[in-house]
Amino acid sequence: MRYTITVLVQNHYGVLSKVSGLIARRGFNIESLAVGVTENPNVSRMTIVVDCDESGIEQVEKQLNKLIPTIKVKVLEEGSYLARELTMVKVSCNSRQREEIMTLAELMHARIIDVTASSLTLELTDTTARTENFISLMHQFGIKELVRTGISAIELGANTTKK
Amino acid sequence: MTGAQIILECLKQEGVSVVFGYPGATIAPFYDAIALDSAIRHVLVRQEQNAGHAASGYSRASGKVGVCCTTSGPGATNLITALATAYMDSIPMVALTGQVRSDLLGRDVFQEADITGACEPFTKHSYLATDTQELPTIIKEAFHIASTGRPGPVLIDLPQDTLEREFVGEFRYPDSVDIIGYKPRTKGHPLQMKRALDAIAKAERPIICAGGGVVSAKARRELIKFAEKLDIPVVSTLMGVGMMPTEHPLYMGMLGTHGIYSANYAIHHADLVILCGARVGDRAMAKADQIAKKAEIIHIDIDPAEIGKNMKADIPIVGDIRLVLKSITEKCEEFSHRDWVEDLKAKQAEHTPVFRSIPGQVDPRNFMRTLSEEVSKRSKAILVADVGENQIWSANNFAFKGGRFLTSGGLGTMGYSLGAALGAKIAKPERQVFAVCGDGSFQMMMCELATLVQHDIPVKVVIMQNNRLGMVRELQDKLYEGRYSGVMLDGSPDFVKLAQAYGIASERIEDDSDVNAAIGRMLDCDSTYVLVCRVAEDIPSRQEN
Repeated sequence: MRYTITVLVQNHYGVLSKVSGLIARRGFNIESLAVGVTENPNVSRMTIVVDCDESGIEQVEKQLNKLIPTIKVKVLEEGSYLARELTMVKVSCNSRQREEIMTLAELMHARIIDVTASSLTLELTDTTARTENFISLMHQFGIKELVRTGISAIELGANTTKK
Repeated sequence: MTGAQIILECLKQEGVSVVFGYPGATIAPFYDAIALDSAIRHVLVRQEQNAGHAASGYSRASGKVGVCCTTSGPGATNLITALATAYMDSIPMVALTGQVRSDLLGRDVFQEADITGACEPFTKHSYLATDTQELPTIIKEAFHIASTGRPGPVLIDLPQDTLEREFVGEFRYPDSVDIIGYKPRTKGHPLQMKRALDAIAKAERPIICAGGGVVSAKARRELIKFAEKLDIPVVSTLMGVGMMPTEHPLYMGMLGTHGIYSANYAIHHADLVILCGARVGDRAMAKADQIAKKAEIIHIDIDPAEIGKNMKADIPIVGDIRLVLKSITEKCEEFSHRDWVEDLKAKQAEHTPVFRSIPGQVDPRNFMRTLSEEVSKRSKAILVADVGENQIWSANNFAFKGGRFLTSGGLGTMGYSLGAALGAKIAKPERQVFAVCGDGSFQMMMCELATLVQHDIPVKVVIMQNNRLGMVRELQDKLYEGRYSGVMLDGSPDFVKLAQAYGIASERIEDDSDVNAAIGRMLDCDSTYVLVCRVAEDIPSRQEN
């Protein structure tokens, strides 16, 4: 099963490798990992998506908690959070196809961020499901390059994940 | 003061009096600081791994944080096995490694190795100290992290320029640490403690399984009181051996693959298992699921990640074992489980091993029993067992009355004993310290005989020589139809002559009838001693013949 974990860590040298190494060492696959600094410059937040079973996620949570630079670990419950990822996709595009791609982009709320005579680059920020839909729509034009950040997640409502 | 001198000051503030190590170019500024200050004793080992094992033995015998230091590159990588050994057994240690100058990091210069990266899975925490000003904070944190919560090794990697640079301003060692994400819980949760009390009151066949956590928590006395007041029999894992006195009527021995019958019978027939600082390793409880099916499980551990990892726990108690056991004992009324204890005692008596004397051979089990009898007349000994058959013979046959048993239980590191024993002897000079090893493990560490001589560390070394890598040979007998592969130790030197070449008193015994007198001579000798026992190759590690 796919689990989304949000982790607050000290913004230090080597912390990312400690966190990712710990998960990988226990044989779990990281589907995505997004990291950035928080409102407190000494603290970073990671959103990690891991594919594992229930006992696996319990171990991941407990082991992450044991890392000294870890401040808070929370496995987010399905339906309790908002998740978005940023995708940039470069598709082949001649002048005849341009309009069709632009229509699709508009429908999907994607933005066109670069244009050449033979390509278009689009940007989409959305849920994983809608992102995958968008990517499958782009396949017909020929995807030259695809870049995804993996999701960042935030809890719904007034709750925050803080120490 | 330079960074190196600052480190020395910090170590003194932490009460460190001895450092085990091996010098080299990048750590040289620290060695110079040692040369200028006699407050800290440096023990030069002969290979870096043994500096780590010595710090481990020192730590385990003294209850303090052991310290070792090596240079960068190969010095640091040689230390990895010792760090991994300490990590698996939760031993508090601080390792200082030299590193190339910070402006050269990542350029693959001479003797550069990414040691913090390499040791990530084997250390509780690590630092790459690039700022001299941060050294006091780092060292304060390192000792705190190593020794609190679930203890473990902490590595501080020290680029040469960090050591050489002048510290700016007045040196002040921090009084306290505040690490936002590190606040180990020591007191058990009251609700879970209440549930544990109820479960204990209901149980008819309860058993306590004492692991290495009891040692780490210094909870020996609390364990005995708990067991006695509640009349609950005790089994131990390899790491917990020695906590419950061997002769105690409630002690049923070591459990597991290499344990004894009564202990395994006890854990498989209990209706309540109280795990105390035992992480349910596969060698201790190969069939943890089966045990958990039949019994309710109370799991007490300071590390929440251990609870539910290898065995489901019905009642998890996260906390310091000493505090938790003390609190439960105080709140509990006295119980009696006479029938259950007598049942186990009967099983223990039925399966008492019988030794058969073979002329021209020493039975190692008989040897260990005799050694333990002779030693107990004199002092509380520290017995360091290596890894292999010698380890199991020691664990099952040496009777502990208050002494200590040290071994590499988790990682199973051959070549642990001599380093650990020399560290333990320095920590407790008034105690007899024994290193028991096989001829395989001895040859992994025999260079350390020189360390014993140079620093006048009177450790007694017992070599069980059967000219085989016995434990692997047993495995090949069992699983590979006796096709022995790579287990014959031909070409070994005469260990008595070898010891004598170092100026160490030594003798060989080749018959059970020689054991008593030889042990007497070894114990009477005030200096280092090597006793070689000729052991029949077919004596198994298992207790029952």
